Amino acid sequence: MAVARIQIPASVKRGEVMTVRLAVQHPMETGFRYDNMGRPINKNVINTLVCRYHGIEVFRAELGSGIAANPYLQFHLRADTTGELVFDWIDDAGERGSERVQVNVVA
Amino acid sequence: MANRSRRRFLAAAVAGAVAMHSRMSEAQLTVQSLESVIAKVTGGAAVREGRVMLELPRLADNGHAVPLKITVESAMTEREFVRSIHILSERNPRPVIAAFHLNPHSGRAEVSTRVRLNGSQTVLVLAGMSDGTWWSGSAQVEVTETACLDAT
Repeated sequence: MAVARIQIPASVKRGEVMTVRLAVQHPMETGFRYDNMGRPINKNVINTLVCRYHGIEVFRAELGSGIAANPYLQFHLRADTTGELVFDWIDDAGERGSERVQVNVVA
Repeated sequence: MANRSRRRFLAAAVAGAVAMHSRMSEAQLTVQSLESVIAKVTGGAAVREGRVMLELPRLADNGHAVPLKITVESAMTEREFVRSIHILSERNPRPVIAAFHLNPHSGRAEVSTRVRLNGSQTVLVLAGMSDGTWWSGSAQVEVTETACLDAT
């Protein structure tokens, strides 16, 4: 099961732009490697990652084999209301992952 | 006698080094033209240079994880924002590394990640704006240990 770590500020002011950092544990297999029996290892990367903020899609990443193992992403969001930030992703093997974090907006 | 075997050894060593070098340079030479890839991404729209800042280390020791930061000049308002950012490599077996889709909610058009690079090259970033224009920025990087060694 893919595990992810998300980092956002503990609290943000309304209208402020915050930095969102995300690291997902995933090998991001390129499909160009071979196991020690000489058999090719199938390509398996997280191909899509979507971030929703109170239900609205705010960020979408389409990743390929050119993204390093354990993909790390940093992007920005304008905080407007207290709500949940939900991340959903899927890899080539069809395995889905999800992680959520609460955004605290003060005054 | 001893002299002759030394000579033979040296000849073999030099031959081996030359063979290895030519194989390496063969792999290094596969720089692909990105024109068709760019056309696919932009849908044939003209791409202008500028507004996109790409930060890459000048020298990357390890091509398996190279930190990369993209900043696009944009107010990121409802009227004017960055719709998408595409990272293209001229040397990777798959030229499109990633695509990011932003919207006015982003607040700032700035994305960082870590990429795999198959050798020293120029990395190109395309940014599609809400008004339909496309802008590009690029950076050169020297990679001493490439990713995808198994593939070459």
